[in-house]
Amino acid sequence: MDMKRDYYEDIQLFESKVVLFWTIAFLAFLFSLPLYTSSYYLFLFNIIMVHVIMAVGLNILMGYTGQISLGHAGFFAIGAYGTALLMTKLQLPFLLALPLAGFIAAFFGFILGLPALRLEGPYLAIASMGFGLTIMHVIGRWEVFGGRMGIQAPPLDLGFPQLGLSWVVKSDMGKYYLILIITILLVVAARNIMKTRVGRSFVAIRDSDIAAEVIGINLTRYKTLSFMVSSFYTGVAGGLFGFVLGFFDPFTFTLLLSIIFLVMVVVGGLGSIMGSIAGAALITYLQYSLLKNVGEKPVIGDLLTAISKKWFTVIGLENFNSIILGLIMLAIIIFEPLGIFGIWIRLKKYWKTWPF
Amino acid sequence: MIGQLIIEGLAIGACYGLFGIAVVIIYKTSEVVNFAQGEMAMMSTFVAYHILTFYQYPFWLAYILTMVFAVLLGIVVEFIFLRPAKNPNLLGLIVITLGAEMLLMGLASWKWGAEQKEFTLPFSTLKTYEPVPGLIVNDWAIAVFIAAAILMILLFLFFKYTKLGVAMRATQQNKHAAKIMGVRVERVFSLAWGFSSFIGATAAMFFAGRATLDPAYMMEPFMRAFAAAVLGGLMSIPGIVIGGELLGLIENLFGYVWPEWKPIVAFVVIVLVLCVRPSGLFAKHYVKKV
Repeated sequence: MDMKRDYYEDIQLFESKVVLFWTIAFLAFLFSLPLYTSSYYLFLFNIIMVHVIMAVGLNILMGYTGQISLGHAGFFAIGAYGTALLMTKLQLPFLLALPLAGFIAAFFGFILGLPALRLEGPYLAIASMGFGLTIMHVIGRWEVFGGRMGIQAPPLDLGFPQLGLSWVVKSDMGKYYLILIITILLVVAARNIMKTRVGRSFVAIRDSDIAAEVIGINLTRYKTLSFMVSSFYTGVAGGLFGFVLGFFDPFTFTLLLSIIFLVMVVVGGLGSIMGSIAGAALITYLQYSLLKNVGEKPVIGDLLTAISKKWFTVIGLENFNSIILGLIMLAIIIFEPLGIFGIWIRLKKYWKTWPF
Repeated sequence: MIGQLIIEGLAIGACYGLFGIAVVIIYKTSEVVNFAQGEMAMMSTFVAYHILTFYQYPFWLAYILTMVFAVLLGIVVEFIFLRPAKNPNLLGLIVITLGAEMLLMGLASWKWGAEQKEFTLPFSTLKTYEPVPGLIVNDWAIAVFIAAAILMILLFLFFKYTKLGVAMRATQQNKHAAKIMGVRVERVFSLAWGFSSFIGATAAMFFAGRATLDPAYMMEPFMRAFAAAVLGGLMSIPGIVIGGELLGLIENLFGYVWPEWKPIVAFVVIVLVLCVRPSGLFAKHYVKKV
């Protein structure tokens, strides 16, 4: 199924007219969303899109290049703090500060990529985890970054305030359109990168790095490049996240955040851009909406409160979402290692070959 | 002053070494880095806390009950989560243990709340002696040294002379050959998890006695213990303890000079060691199998 017959079939953006139709329908839905949703749901969608950018970036590293990172909260923090500080301290306009923060994150990605040349598997996981924790501690201890108190994101100004051209975006709707456009650009870019020579080198490294080296792929260049691309995406996502949240401190970017990022990619499906989008949306929805204040939800809330009163503590019920996330992680690996993307492939195969 | 720092560093280093042994026993037997190790130990320490504060049992009885719980917890985690996965790859194994970590952390903070708690050991850090002038040793450090020494001797005897220990070593060396020789490899995995959970819980109680107890308190000690284990080469038990002592010393001496950067030292050490000598200070270089 889905056999590619020539090169141009492989590199085209839309596989068929059906895909094109549904993509346009989905985009039309997204662009008209503020017409029929409340401000709270726009906030939720903003966070989902920020996480989509991050998950696509992390998937380039984990799903396509086969490296493991448990330190992406660090890049996320670099992006958030970088954008905010470049705007407040250096007075740079937002449209310059955001990509610049992304490039700073990419530089740190390059630094983390260097040890990754010699490490693999659990060692790389631990080293990247150490990197993420180091970033968190450094930010928490340095006065420039606001220390433990955290910092306030500056007003989101799309113009050039230095030249007198000011265009401040205040509402959730304005932020929604801004983030939506950036997300679409970055997701399409990621999809296209994967069809180029660079993207195919990444996949070759994932499948076997020794074989890739033998056929002439420069491992040093492409492994660090993968880290850089991935951390650039995460940095940009972090920069936008700062504006969505409005206020952040070092404890926003803990190890748990890195683990949640990893869950998004694994739940969505490794090596699939559409999977990352679905995974990021699902996990963010669970975390920010469905499982937040679970004790006050209509049916399940009373049951859980009763259980809490009998055997657990009511005050601890707010940590219920990490139980669900843990169970999702375990279930995905045990029952469906390819994640949502794997389920989608199976459904598609079932319908296409239906009577058999 | 410097002697004081060295004693403190050696004591906390022995803790890292102990916890590192727990990590390595699982890593060596089943080739899984158990990211849930810290949380398994945290759960056991909370059980000890519960027994001590709610039932008011004496400490040693609570300790024995906790250790029974820890062993069962390790076996259950292996049996429920690791075994059903069909040929998981490396990332799959990491995700499974991270999932178990999240699950245990959620359960513990649901049961006991996320705020910090006081965990009192019978060996307090406040009760001090001064055997040599200028060198102050506290009860906690003495207990750590004794516990580490006893556990090391017991482990040595266990791996050398008991049937189970020999089976574990055989599984470590070659899983398939061990299976042919009649070792039940799956059962050895379960027991290794239980065993490692027991050692980890002992170390975690020492950590809790020094600081406070909350559901996230074992995350960073786990990192440091893994750093210690990597420093020692993830191979022999004495190597890991030496690695732990080294890390404790480096951290404490560094922390004396630049106190505000103390939490970062371990991570810098781990990254440096992994870059310069990925197989550790005391191990032979390994060759990757293609």
